[in-house]
Amino acid sequence: MDSTARAFEDNARHALEDAKLQAALARLSEGFPAKRREAAARLPEFEALRDQARAIKDHVLANLDLYLERFEARVKENGGHVHWCRDAEEARATILEICRAAGARTVTKSKSMIGEELAINEYLERHGIQPVETDLGEYIIQLRHEPPSHIIAPAIHLSLGEVAETFRDSHKDRPAGRPLEDPRTLLDEARAELRGRFLAADVGITGANMLIAETGSNVLVTNEGNADLTHTLPRVHIVIASIEKVVPTLEDATTILRVLARSATGQDMSVYTSFCSGPKRPGDPDGPDAYHVVLLDNGRTRMLGGEFHEMLRCIRCGACLNHCPIYKAVGGHAYGWVYSGPMGAVLIPNLIGMEEAKHLPNASTLCGRCEEVCPMRIPLPRMLRQWRERLFEAHEASVTSRWGLAFWAFFATRPALYRVVTALAMRVLGTLGHGKGRFRRLPLASGWTAARDLPAPAGETFMTLWAERRKGRRP
Amino acid sequence: MSGAPSLKAGAGAPDAPGGAPSLKAGAGAPDAREAILGTIRRSLAQGGIQSAGGPEVDRRLNVHAANLVPARAKLDPARQVDLFAQEAERVNATVARAPRLKDVPGLVARYLAERNLPATLRTAPDPLVRAVPWSSQPLLSLSEGPARGDDPVSVTSAFAAVAETGTLVLLSGPESPTTLNILPATHIVVLPAAHIVGTYEEVWAKLRATWAGEGLMPRAVNWITGPSRTADIEQTLLLGAHGPQRLHIILVENDEEDA
Repeated sequence: MDSTARAFEDNARHALEDAKLQAALARLSEGFPAKRREAAARLPEFEALRDQARAIKDHVLANLDLYLERFEARVKENGGHVHWCRDAEEARATILEICRAAGARTVTKSKSMIGEELAINEYLERHGIQPVETDLGEYIIQLRHEPPSHIIAPAIHLSLGEVAETFRDSHKDRPAGRPLEDPRTLLDEARAELRGRFLAADVGITGANMLIAETGSNVLVTNEGNADLTHTLPRVHIVIASIEKVVPTLEDATTILRVLARSATGQDMSVYTSFCSGPKRPGDPDGPDAYHVVLLDNGRTRMLGGEFHEMLRCIRCGACLNHCPIYKAVGGHAYGWVYSGPMGAVLIPNLIGMEEAKHLPNASTLCGRCEEVCPMRIPLPRMLRQWRERLFEAHEASVTSRWGLAFWAFFATRPALYRVVTALAMRVLGTLGHGKGRFRRLPLASGWTAARDLPAPAGETFMTLWAERRKGRRP
Repeated sequence: MSGAPSLKAGAGAPDAPGGAPSLKAGAGAPDAREAILGTIRRSLAQGGIQSAGGPEVDRRLNVHAANLVPARAKLDPARQVDLFAQEAERVNATVARAPRLKDVPGLVARYLAERNLPATLRTAPDPLVRAVPWSSQPLLSLSEGPARGDDPVSVTSAFAAVAETGTLVLLSGPESPTTLNILPATHIVVLPAAHIVGTYEEVWAKLRATWAGEGLMPRAVNWITGPSRTADIEQTLLLGAHGPQRLHIILVENDEEDA
């Protein structure tokens, strides 16, 4: 998918002015965090499970080559094929080749972030194959030619009215004046539309929540059941997965599943958790004749062993998005590429380059909520700071922040001068703001005062107050 | 699919030039495998990350030790059954109890009649489902086999059920077509109480002990926790997205005798 990450500042500004988006984001911030909290509270072992899940992924990453080799061997034993792809172009070509070999005209797809990285829908369509997204949210945004705005709730930015309008525009065979006022009617219409697509598809493409080295299986987690229809009905099942998705055993996958849905939607377990291991067996009345796993690197091996190594523990639950004040203010599209929120701000510069994504590490208040709720305990704030340091060193930080930092550094490295200047500045500001205790406007601070008042300082610096207190002049 | 509205995302000319792949299916890119594995090894070495080594990795895979198992479901069998029913209902499944298999047809007929659902069942070719004396309810019409797009009601059994979260476990196979779990709007599961275990780990142990088919696993192991749902439209929870809108579990306390 093409990136607009470079335009983050403009994207964010537009998002803040978009009333419909703001209403949608308000719904999100009420829903997911409370549900996650309740689910965690219902399971006394939740924190300990997070520690174990983290340890499993750390172990896998340290032995990634070994587990991938074993996974590949098991897939072959199950009668499947594994295709190694270094980048998006190789993966797209491989997928197209499999589709062509199967004589595919239509492909059903179950929501996959790797599919977004590959922009596989546009690619297949350009080559004469019709892809159909089957997750309800993905289906809606595919009809609208939009990228997802949330890892697990791709159409979270849309209102019911917008969905109704989209269906009216797209489902032209249906009566134009039909009522589409409630979510149920919309869901029933989408279900009916997609049922035919499922039954007609030649190839089903799914992602993978995990790959299991022990059994050569891929794990799929959905609530709708669309992944199961996607891997069961067509003649060919293609799994697209990045290399860090592998885990050792069924037991390890189970441990991660115990924290995944709780972190994502606040469910104890998602409705459908499926373990697919190859094509259908002799005597099976349904299932695909062929099973392919497309194993994608696309930048992961570069992250291994480096500063962003731990980011590869991510299981794409979306908890960091749901708890991020910036995500909740601007939504997912502002980030400009496949991922969003804190995990996106760390991952995107790794995958598409620091220069293109230079604004994203600044899209954070570093409040730390993301790390607190991350089931894999990924130190997201630390990594965001690391990106900021790199950007500064590469002179990619904005002119304002470079000058600001240089200005501050000049005084900060001269403590005596710093104290005099700040004491003077605080006294001036304290006097000026004495009446109301706040400023509605202040030169050089319009970025702050445009949206809120700046509290006026009390007139003295902390250092002065502290010195006086130690002398016993004040309580 | 004629007459279906077209999805226009990224619409381009069907035979747009460029990018026609030269790869053989099954090959991936020629050198990609070695390149990826090589980069992984180099990156790990550069980062000073110690590998556990092949023998340790193989040991871990062979031992497949359980990790922390929540205490919630470590109960005696009778209480496990109760916990299963309670958790299944919590995720919007419905649960009925049948003392014996012979009680199942009446419960199915009543369930469907109360909800005005068609009395047309698509059943799994499963020994347990076959052992149900369906003829005691002449109004039920039955056919056996994988689900077709318009079958309204399916009846299957389940390999196991997990009390921890009210989860059913179904294995694909000749006796258990996967389509039955997912295509019809109503899925009825005839579940012997003896199939209920506490935790997922017990399911894996049971599967490893009993799986005799080809490959390391059945093609599909499906965990099902409640009926299908979505909250993709304004976060409104709706049941029955693509899979069943209704999941009805009939717990058979004793499936050994009569029938």
